[in-house]
Amino acid sequence: MPPLLEIKDLHTEFRTGAGIVRAVDGVSYSVDAGETVAVVGESGSGKSVTALSVLRLIPNPPGEITAGAVIFAGRDLLTLSEPEMREIRGGSIGMVFQEPMTSLNPVLTIGRQITETLEQHRGLNRVEAAKRAEDLLNQVGIAEPARRLKQYPHQLSGGMRQRVMIAIALACDPKLIIADEPTTALDVTIQAQILELMKALTRDRGIALIIITHNLGVVARYADRVNVMYAGRIVESGPAAEIYHDPRHPYTVALLRSVPRLDRPRQARLDPVEGQPPDLTRLGEGCAFLPRCRLGDESCGLARPPLNPVGNPGHSAACFKAAA
Amino acid sequence: MSGPLLTVRGLRMHFPVTEGIVRRRVTGEVKAVDGVDFTVAHGETLGLVGESGCGKTTTGRCILRLERPTEGEIIYDGVDIATLDGKALRAFRQRIQVIFQDPYSSLNPRMKIGEIIAEPLHVHGIEPDSAKRDARVRELLSVCGLNPNFADRYPHEMSGGQRQRVGIARALAMNPEFIVCDEPVSALDVSIQAQVVNLLEDLREKFGLTYLFIAHDLSVVRHLCQRVAVMYLGRIVEMADSDALFDAPLHPYTRALLAAVPVPDPTVEQGRDFQPVKGEVPSPMNPPSGCVFHPRCPMAVERCTRVRPEPREIRPGHIVACDEVR
Repeated sequence: MPPLLEIKDLHTEFRTGAGIVRAVDGVSYSVDAGETVAVVGESGSGKSVTALSVLRLIPNPPGEITAGAVIFAGRDLLTLSEPEMREIRGGSIGMVFQEPMTSLNPVLTIGRQITETLEQHRGLNRVEAAKRAEDLLNQVGIAEPARRLKQYPHQLSGGMRQRVMIAIALACDPKLIIADEPTTALDVTIQAQILELMKALTRDRGIALIIITHNLGVVARYADRVNVMYAGRIVESGPAAEIYHDPRHPYTVALLRSVPRLDRPRQARLDPVEGQPPDLTRLGEGCAFLPRCRLGDESCGLARPPLNPVGNPGHSAACFKAAA
Repeated sequence: MSGPLLTVRGLRMHFPVTEGIVRRRVTGEVKAVDGVDFTVAHGETLGLVGESGCGKTTTGRCILRLERPTEGEIIYDGVDIATLDGKALRAFRQRIQVIFQDPYSSLNPRMKIGEIIAEPLHVHGIEPDSAKRDARVRELLSVCGLNPNFADRYPHEMSGGQRQRVGIARALAMNPEFIVCDEPVSALDVSIQAQVVNLLEDLREKFGLTYLFIAHDLSVVRHLCQRVAVMYLGRIVEMADSDALFDAPLHPYTRALLAAVPVPDPTVEQGRDFQPVKGEVPSPMNPPSGCVFHPRCPMAVERCTRVRPEPREIRPGHIVACDEVR
């Protein structure tokens, strides 16, 4: 069976005052039906831009998808017309963003924002849509849904707003939900509630989930497979257990080593990733991680390493020094 | 050693809530901090943790005298800081400094890095000689792991981690003894956080600093702090040595908070039976009766809805505000 989503050699560029930024520079990955794939990386690694490119939400100018293909359920999303794309967004692909306050419309009631989706995509009438909206709020664990539907976003707490976002994403029975840092703006205990909710809902309905995050703990708890991004490329990819227990790319190794862990005895000192994040306007020919790498040598500066199989099947890393 | 460097006793900070534009009237109050007691010893790092709205930042602002507390005492080195004014207040402000969370908004974008760091020296008239001031700025930059030539750059030319180092250098310029670190690493990328945490540790050793470390990231707090106070809705619910608090948390809220942090290890996570704590943090305008945590607490009994639990020392140095903990 072909994967539900297949991103092939995607390139997205931004024209900025400082030069052309290759925010996504040849990214390929796939997502099977019903699976949870995490995309991990730091700010500027291209993890969000990849997701926005899949949905064709890159503002142009300054941004442009310059090459690649995004095959979703057999169709290349990059070749669809704008009306066809609107059918996909919020239809078969749901979205949950980081800041629920800015992604909800402040002047529309919660109810209207949900019924709008249902009327647009499912052609329900007002009464049917209102009933379904109440149903959805129930499913995402919002008490007194009838009262909440009449409220505005500012009357809800951050956690509650994110539940509403999830309800909207679920409204049209999507096959895939893209969640971009869905819990970063939330407190720890609320973050746990929201993630458990997303996990339960997607598992029960067989919805595939792409979760974009910088939180390595969240990935460990929820992801089946992991893609690690650095400077616009995937540097390591594989099953979650492989990435955490047998990381091969020096960046992944260093990142996992740098975070203090609550389940381990206190270390005398943290072991940070040295150096600064890459300046995307000044990437050279070689490996983007070279200036911060403990294994790299001058040969790494000649060409960017391709993503090659390492370790067990399904695991790959983009590093000349990573042993197969 | 004589007594603690900082003593906070019965601290309350209530902000009025007003309505109306023409005729403003007070319609309620937000009890941001509602009865907080703790001490910080010389050379110690006390962690203050909790979720947004728990009052940890307001507590820090009261200690910096950026707010006038509604009630309570803040004794710094034997003197009640509420009584300070004029010269004494200026002297106090040199001894206690702050590092802010957001390295993007806490540096003036129109000033060069060198000017930003030299400004406190200038304002307090510590180093009137400009050549000496420049030398001091360069020294501070290199102490904080930055190239001294960065003095001629502007904040926008630097990454988040570098800017946070500038913020730290500015705090150090006054040779303070006490620094309030308000979420100093939470805005930074994961790979940079460890660098800044190590820098804070090095500086603490080198200059014998005392920190109040305000944060919500529990793993960083455990790493850096000797003692930790957990706040919930304006109150300290548990306070203990870092090891005791993280290895054997007693208060149900502390336990819920620790359980909610996912560990970066899929094997550990899969073997863990995890139930997130229910409910959300109530509004500090209208906190629950009795114990403020009772609506979310798995251990709550009828009494908890009526009686506010007072902090008790359950073991030496381990304070818990819960009547159900034995």
